[in-house]
Amino acid sequence: MTTDSSTLTHNATSRATSAIELRDVTKRFLTPTGQAYTAIRDVSLNVAPGEFCAVVGPTGCGKSTTLGLISGLERPSAGEVQVMGEPVQGIDPRIGYVFQSDAVFPWKNVLSNVATGPLFRGQPKAEALKHTREWIARVGLAGFEDHYPHQLSGGMRKRVALAQTFINEPQILLMDEPFSALDVQTRTLMEDELLHLWSSLSASVVFVTHDLEEAISLADRVCVLTAGPGTVKGIYSIDLPRPRKVEEIRFEPRFVQLYQEIWEDLRNEVMISYERTKQRA
Amino acid sequence: MNVLSNELKATGTTPESTGVPSVTAARRRRRVLIYSLRVLLLVVIIGGWELGTRVGVIDKFFWGQPSGIWNQIVTWVTQGTAQGPLWEQIAVTLEETIGGFAIGVVLGVVFGVVLGRNQFLADILGPYIKAANSIPRVTLAPLFAIGLGLGIQSKIALAAVLVFFIVFFNAFQGVREVDRNLLANARILGAGQWQLTTAVIIPSALTWIIASLHTSFSFALVGAVVGEFIGGLQGIGLVIQTAGANFNANGVFAAITILAVVALLSEALVTALERRLLRWRPTTISDVTI
Repeated sequence: MTTDSSTLTHNATSRATSAIELRDVTKRFLTPTGQAYTAIRDVSLNVAPGEFCAVVGPTGCGKSTTLGLISGLERPSAGEVQVMGEPVQGIDPRIGYVFQSDAVFPWKNVLSNVATGPLFRGQPKAEALKHTREWIARVGLAGFEDHYPHQLSGGMRKRVALAQTFINEPQILLMDEPFSALDVQTRTLMEDELLHLWSSLSASVVFVTHDLEEAISLADRVCVLTAGPGTVKGIYSIDLPRPRKVEEIRFEPRFVQLYQEIWEDLRNEVMISYERTKQRA
Repeated sequence: MNVLSNELKATGTTPESTGVPSVTAARRRRRVLIYSLRVLLLVVIIGGWELGTRVGVIDKFFWGQPSGIWNQIVTWVTQGTAQGPLWEQIAVTLEETIGGFAIGVVLGVVFGVVLGRNQFLADILGPYIKAANSIPRVTLAPLFAIGLGLGIQSKIALAAVLVFFIVFFNAFQGVREVDRNLLANARILGAGQWQLTTAVIIPSALTWIIASLHTSFSFALVGAVVGEFIGGLQGIGLVIQTAGANFNANGVFAAITILAVVALLSEALVTALERRLLRWRPTTISDVTI
C-alpha cells in the first residue's frame, strides 16, 4: 500500500483537529449468493473542520460505502469511524447528505421538499416555512415553490436537493457524485453554486466523484482509492487559491500539473477495474 | 434567472399548445367519430336483442327483452319492488358495500404497512396469509350469515374480507418497493420511525394502494350482493334473487343494470380521488397518435 503517512496515521492530536476520522475501516457485505464481499479495506482518512475533501477512484471501489459509514447509515465491519471526535452511533443530526440519484420526494412540491428537514427536526411550521423560502431563493428557485419535482429539470432538482440539505446547516456534508447525471454546462454551474454555498457554511465536505477534474476544481485535498476492495492509494493537497471559478480554473498551469500527477496514480486503478469488468463480462 | 427559465421551457411545464388548427380539428373529428361509433355499437346490440326477441329468434322468457327490462325498472321506480321502494334497496346495498369497503381498506392498509415494515412479523404470518388468500372467500358468506345474522352486518363482513386481501397485498408490495434512496434521505434529514412511515412510506405506497381501490370497490359490491343472495332482508341482491326465483329474466337484467350504474358512478369517484391524491405524478400522455 503506498500511502502518504503524515496524513494517514492517526495521532493523539487528531481527535481534536479532525471533523471526520476513519481508522483502518473495513466494510464487508454479504452478497445474495451468500459470499462476503469486501467493499473497502483498512481505509484511514482524516478530514479537518471546514476542509473540502474529494474522494476519487474507479467504479466499484467503495466510494459510496465510505460515505454510508460516515453518515451512520452503515456500520463498519472493522475499524472505527469518528465524527467530531465521537464514534458514529446512528445518524448524526449535524450531517447532510446529497445523494447520487434523485432523492427529493416526488409527492412533495419544492416548498415542502426543502422544509422536510426542519419539520422532521421539530421546528415550528411558520418559522420553518419562512426559513425554507429564504433557502429556495438562495439556490435560485424563487417562484418555483409550488412545482413538483417531475416538473423541474435535472439541474433544478439538484438545486432542490442542495437547499434541502443546506437548510439544516450541516457541519459535515457528504456528497455522492451529486452532479454526475447532469450535462456538462449545468454541472459547471452547479459546482460553482456549491462552492459559493459552502463558503458561507464552512462545513467539512467529503465529495465522492469519479471525475478527477471535478475533484481538483472543488477540493482542498484529493484522496485516491484503489480498485475494489478500496484502500487509500494516495492523498494530494490542492494548493489552488480560493475563491475559485470552476469553468476557468481548469486552464491554470498548476491545475494541469496536479491533474497529471494524480492521474498517473489513478490510471492504474482504473485499468485494473476495467480489466476485471471485462473478465466478468 | 435566464438559465432557469430555459430549463423550465425544456421540461415543458407550460401547457402544451399545438397551435396548429388542422391538428386540433383532426383531433376533434376523431373524437366525434369514436363517440358516434360507441353509440352505434350500443344501438346495434340493444336493437338486435330487442328485434331478435320480437321476431322470435331469441326466447324472451330466458333472455329477457330490452323493452321489458326498461318497463321493469319503471315499475320498480314508480311502484316499488316486492321488498319495498327501489331506492331503499339501492341504499341498503350501497351501505353494505361502502361499509365493507371502508373497513377492508383501513385494515388492509394498516396490516400491509405494518407487515411491509416488519420483516419478522411478515415471516411469521406470511404462510397463514397466503393460505387464507387461497380460500375462495365468498364461501365464508354462510358463516357470516350464521354468526352475524341476516342484517347488513354479515354483508359488510363479507365485503370487508374480499376487499382486505386485495388492499393488503398491494399495500404490502407498495411498502416493500419504497425507494431506498428516499428512505436514506429522510433518515438523514431527521425522520424518526413514525415520520418515516407517515411521511415517506405511506405516500410512496399510495400509488399501489389507490390502484387496488378500483378493483376492491367492485369486490365490495360482489360481497354485498352475494351476502344478500345467501340470506338477506333487503337489497339489490335480494331483488335479483326474487326475480330469478320467479323466472323473471327482465327483473334480473333490470337489477344488474342498476348495479352497473352504481358501480360506474363509484368508479368515477375513485378515479376522482386518485387524481386528487396523486396530483404530484407526471400526467400520462394520452392520445398522442393523431
